[in-house]
Amino acid sequence: MPGKLKAKIVAGRHLPVMDRASDLTDAFVEVKFGNTTFKTDVCPKSLNPQWNSEWFKFEVDDEDLQDEPLQITVLDHDTYSANDAIGKVYIDIDPLLSCEAATVISGWFPIYDTIHGIRGEINVLVKVDLFNDLNRFRQSSCGVKFFCTTSIPKCYRVVMVHGFVEELVVNEDPEYQWIDRIRTPRASNEARQRLISLMSGELQRKIGLKVLEMGGNAVLGYLQCFDLEGESGLVVRAIGTACTLDKLSSLPTAVLPACNSPSREMKESPLAQAPSHGCRSSHNSPVHSAAAASARLSQGFSVSVPTLIFTGMRLHRHRSLGETGREHTAQTVLPGRQCRPPFSEDPNPNIHSSGPSTPLKNQTYSFSPSKSYSRQSSSSDTDLSLTPKTGMGSGGSAGKDGGPLKTLLRQQTQSALEQREFPFFTLTCFPPGFLIHVGGVVSARSVKLLDRIHNPALGNTRSYKLLDWNSFTADEPETRDAWWEEIRQEIKSHAKALGCHAVVGYSESTSICEEVCILSASGTAAILNPKFMQEGCLDSYSEHSRLEDPAPPSCGFCHIPYDELNMPFPAHLTYCYNCRRQKVPDVLFTTIDLPVEATVMGKGSLIQARLCRLKKKAQGEVNATAISNLLPFMEYELHTQLMNKLKLRSMNALFGLRVQISVGENMLVGLASATGVYLMALPAPGGIQIAGKTPSDITYEQHISNMQKKINDTISKNKDLYEVHPQEIIEEVIGSPIPESRQRSRLFRSHSESSDEVSELDLSHGKKDAFVLEIDDTDAVEDIHSLLTDAPMPSGFYSCNTEIMPGIYNWTSSLQMFTSVRVFRLNNVNLTNQGLNKIFNDLCENLLKSLYFKLRSMVPCCLCHLNFAVAVPEEELIQVAVTAVAMTFDKEQAQENFKANMEKAIMKVISENEEQLQFPLELCTETPAPQPFSPSKGTGHQDGGGIHTSARATSVDYSSFADRCSTWIELIKLKAQAIRRGSIKTTASQEKGSPLPEGRSRSLRCMRPFPSSTVSVVKMTPLSFLPGTRIIKYLGIINMFFIRETTSLREEGGVSGFLHCFIAEVFAMVRAHVAALGGNAVVSYSMKECVFMENPNKNQAQCLINVSGDAVIFVRESEAEATAAAPQTSSMQNLSGAAEANA
Amino acid sequence: MSVELDVFVGNTTIMDEEVYQFWLDGYTVNDAVKVRMEGGVLEEYEASTDVLLSDTMDQFRTFQMCERLLHTPAKLANQLLFQIPPHRQTMLIERYYAFDNAFVREVLGKKLSKGTKKDLDDISAKTGITLKSCRRQFDNFKRVFKVVEELKGPLVENIQQHFLLSDKLARDYAAIVFFANNRFETGKRKLQFLSFQDFAFCAGQLISNWTVGAVDNMVEDMDVDLDKEFLQDLKDLKILINDKDLLDQHKSLVCTALRGKTKVFNEMEANFKTLSRALVNIAAKLTNTKDVRDLFIDLVEKFIEPCRSDRWTSADVRLFLTYYTNSARTLDTFRHQVTWDRYMDVIKSCILKMYHD
Repeated sequence: MPGKLKAKIVAGRHLPVMDRASDLTDAFVEVKFGNTTFKTDVCPKSLNPQWNSEWFKFEVDDEDLQDEPLQITVLDHDTYSANDAIGKVYIDIDPLLSCEAATVISGWFPIYDTIHGIRGEINVLVKVDLFNDLNRFRQSSCGVKFFCTTSIPKCYRVVMVHGFVEELVVNEDPEYQWIDRIRTPRASNEARQRLISLMSGELQRKIGLKVLEMGGNAVLGYLQCFDLEGESGLVVRAIGTACTLDKLSSLPTAVLPACNSPSREMKESPLAQAPSHGCRSSHNSPVHSAAAASARLSQGFSVSVPTLIFTGMRLHRHRSLGETGREHTAQTVLPGRQCRPPFSEDPNPNIHSSGPSTPLKNQTYSFSPSKSYSRQSSSSDTDLSLTPKTGMGSGGSAGKDGGPLKTLLRQQTQSALEQREFPFFTLTCFPPGFLIHVGGVVSARSVKLLDRIHNPALGNTRSYKLLDWNSFTADEPETRDAWWEEIRQEIKSHAKALGCHAVVGYSESTSICEEVCILSASGTAAILNPKFMQEGCLDSYSEHSRLEDPAPPSCGFCHIPYDELNMPFPAHLTYCYNCRRQKVPDVLFTTIDLPVEATVMGKGSLIQARLCRLKKKAQGEVNATAISNLLPFMEYELHTQLMNKLKLRSMNALFGLRVQISVGENMLVGLASATGVYLMALPAPGGIQIAGKTPSDITYEQHISNMQKKINDTISKNKDLYEVHPQEIIEEVIGSPIPESRQRSRLFRSHSESSDEVSELDLSHGKKDAFVLEIDDTDAVEDIHSLLTDAPMPSGFYSCNTEIMPGIYNWTSSLQMFTSVRVFRLNNVNLTNQGLNKIFNDLCENLLKSLYFKLRSMVPCCLCHLNFAVAVPEEELIQVAVTAVAMTFDKEQAQENFKANMEKAIMKVISENEEQLQFPLELCTETPAPQPFSPSKGTGHQDGGGIHTSARATSVDYSSFADRCSTWIELIKLKAQAIRRGSIKTTASQEKGSPLPEGRSRSLRCMRPFPSSTVSVVKMTPLSFLPGTRIIKYLGIINMFFIRETTSLREEGGVSGFLHCFIAEVFAMVRAHVAALGGNAVVSYSMKECVFMENPNKNQAQCLINVSGDAVIFVRESEAEATAAAPQTSSMQNLSGAAEANA
Repeated sequence: MSVELDVFVGNTTIMDEEVYQFWLDGYTVNDAVKVRMEGGVLEEYEASTDVLLSDTMDQFRTFQMCERLLHTPAKLANQLLFQIPPHRQTMLIERYYAFDNAFVREVLGKKLSKGTKKDLDDISAKTGITLKSCRRQFDNFKRVFKVVEELKGPLVENIQQHFLLSDKLARDYAAIVFFANNRFETGKRKLQFLSFQDFAFCAGQLISNWTVGAVDNMVEDMDVDLDKEFLQDLKDLKILINDKDLLDQHKSLVCTALRGKTKVFNEMEANFKTLSRALVNIAAKLTNTKDVRDLFIDLVEKFIEPCRSDRWTSADVRLFLTYYTNSARTLDTFRHQVTWDRYMDVIKSCILKMYHD
């Protein structure tokens, strides 16, 4: 079905000089979409040409609209020779296809050339007229909204969560085609950029289709990745969480000021509740079915599953056999795999999971249910007990195709979640009460050989042409699909083992080196609120929650989901320190963000475990085997480090855990990052005690006691630093926020009731025992050294890798997003593992130090969402890339009674999330019709008149609000826009919301009153919010891929100069696209890929960068909201003082 | 083992003013690190030398990338590559176009040509300003010169508009352009006591009173070229010294007025004719380009030095010049009052500015 794409080329500026003789350029523009090309006139002899072209119109399928980018090429006209290309602009028009997002793209875009970088700018106007496609068999999925944000986007309400969606597409990499030998690097780069743009378009469309089939209208936590597999191709894959979203009404709710969104959404959902009566049909009662599931589970795991172990699947066969070195019960121990002496001496065969409950053990690493390690036997057992393996190789990657097996499944009375093939959620933030219990981290890795695609159908016939991939057989993606399917099954079974029916905070990643590929997936096993899954009115739920359950348990998610008597692994349990009713583990590791309802003490801290392991260079299967043999040791080591560092900070829980293992030719690099916090509900961690193994030598004893002293000092220092003082404060806090008589309904746990009595004995128990570290060899000494060498943060700085920093609630609005990349060359060939570790550790530490130093002017500030990405690009290189945001906060307030603050903040967040509480999960995988998708329009019609007035009212309110903050340039612009749009909206509501009227009005923007400073400020942040502001509109997803290459590396300032410039260019292009959509910020920004290759001898370098995020419009929060006027204004002043970092 | 690559890029470009100054002053990265270390940034943040080195390198790189934009400051506001808050942009531009007085004294009035550029290493050695910084300053002068050379309208405004400089700095550049265009001699030993600011003041006076722009403000080069007609008219002033009667009349008027008002009355009375001749001769010779160039040396040699040797105070000079100018107007037979005032107003204020040690 058709749509009409219209583009207009307005002008250019700052063009490069293309004609040396005249020092000028004769520029013209080619506009291409699909196979249609238009040209503008040549604008002779000007570096600032004004084309002011007609509207170029493309009549195209909406399928193409989704897949293809609009390609704009600026060229220099040459009478005698071929025209020279100046550069290109690719514009993703997807945001225009959703009626709620942007309606016009208009603005200055950097003209980008893969060899020369940005060369001038071009002003372009793009619009789309889309005719509604009612064809049931359509291939397009226009209108499905995509969000990178892993929480519920502000200004939306989730009507229903449909669940996991995934897709992948494969193509041959243009860089590895024969033609690449004869074409120019530029042509090759452009082919690649275009291909990836097409592939991500297609991927998004396909995922959109799945979402529509599930009855949803949006994808949250959309995570798209590229696997550059070299010779064997290029994979673009994506995962996300399908949802039905609903615009929040603009009526003021609870604490929040009016949602002064000036856009059309108000008329689309005048009543927040209206569309929620959509499709909730027959849902099975999840209660007993879940119990059944857990019963089956415990069967599956009759052998105790240790915590930290992981699945070493490899080589496209089934799971690898027990090379893991950690054996239990009946399994035979492979002696060669015994890692270290203490293991073999451990009386408990479950070496890894031994908890501090048994302090006699000399090696006591207590792990929360952080990892499931499934043995071949046990995991396949579980697989069987769960779902029949439908996925393997059969290509049913989405949970939509109703094969017979599925039907069979549905016949069983299982909970809604069980019915899904993968009850996974890519979200990391949830409304309060949504998470009932969190089990722990589940992860799986698999080593694959890329050059052997064990798909007989494929054989040697991979000779499809470039861009012909729509037609080629779907064999290859299926191989990849099967790989992922395998891993997801693994994850699912791990979650089962932890007594959980869902996985939240789920993500997938790969690391590729030559032909070896490590696929990784991880998430947090959890039990979700059955209330959300029950059939019934949403309103009734909220009432219910208000009346009967006024304070959702702030500790509930900490309580163990698994069966106490039938634990999947030995762990030390105590009664919850908050409610004293349920059991909690002594430590908790998760991949999600800190739930808003959680009560924490003090502040959080970034905790990193870093590890390098050398490996022999090898080829093919030998290499893959070597890698998969190393992996469990690395996982184990990383967790040990995490645990030690957690204890050193007197904390008891990790959030946002992300374990990355990168493979290089001769080494593996592991980096685990997480944010440690002290959860009030969990027991206080004991100290760390060092025990000497061979107390023969006096100096040795001395050494140990010195070290012990150092550790104790560090711990007490850290307690002050993070304001964690468990012993004293814990008594005050206990009991106060939680009403004693509160009845907890724990539907998923049959045995829990037996443990209701509060036992004081048990409470005191967990506190005392110290964590024993044993020194018996140099290895352990090294470990402890590395433990202590973590440099403390300079005062005024905090850091975390999660969305919000626990313990800081008073952000001021100054922020600075940054990317820092370092590549380290190891010149020394004879490196030991320890030497390597130290180098890697120093590299990360120094990088952090540099960041602190750079951002010193922002103190007091917190580095949030510190996201480290490690890679081993070449044999002797380690690359670390960091993207994070530094945000300032108000110190005065921070030093106030943190408890009061915390409670206030929690209350606020809860009330903020009031609407989001209504967060039901879709019960059955198959909803009758995609109803919730459409009602918005209908209501818009009905309430046209009412909206009319309210729209005008908001626009007035809005401008007066903007007046108050007139110092902010962007605000002034916004105000202008808002006034214009506000007035337009009244007409729009009369015209019943075809995208046209707004489009027309928005095109006014190009005639800005200030031609001298046309660059609007665009903020970027990896977080989903901007402090002190309200996001009023999501404009669409930004997903961009760039290649930059140079053949004059030295001239461009060496590798650093080259990359510095490229990253700055990428930022500039992201900002330009956001500004052109009418936005003023990017949230949930991330740099997913940064592949850097160099050849200094040839003076060459190449870099690929992939970035993504959500373009939004935000407005400053009105001061009216401030409870205390005076401190707020002073902070506002600070803020404008610090505006330089901000503006 | 070495750091192969090390970059930091912020969405808002981070710039440290101190480091920027080091860069402008032509420090090498290592020198800048050394100075910063001595400055004590390290102690505050417990940073190691590596951290400082990395930070300095990053910033130097950023400045280098910005330099291209700073050459046409108007672009800085419109470019997309760096997100720099407006007040920072202003700072960057202002500092980039700032110059050292010691340097500008060396090139003031010289032709801004390749030849002069070759002499920059001598200037660098003489002034102690790094060659890199000298080059930047010289290139700035030249760039501003080239841009405003062919523009219509007031010089200061043009500079301000094209280079977004502050009023003060734009005026200084106007002076530099004016001096370079007219090639005033400023380098002689006798003129060494004069600072750039002295000359800049004089340039301002000349621009606003003696140029074409003083009468017609829509001509090309209006503020750069002296008004030829006016210079021609100055010849008419010769009557003041050639006509014996007029000269005596003038002298007696001045002497009557000044009697008792100054301690150097006698010297003044004795030298009146010499001084008057000097001033009028300077005026009469200005049609000659060569003599225009020597304007300042002439003023110093023929007026300032004689007065100084007679120990006139600057109050004395002011008194004398005031009455000298005013009494000429009352001379019956002198008909060139307008030209006289236009000439003497400038000469008076220039001499007063230059009359110091």
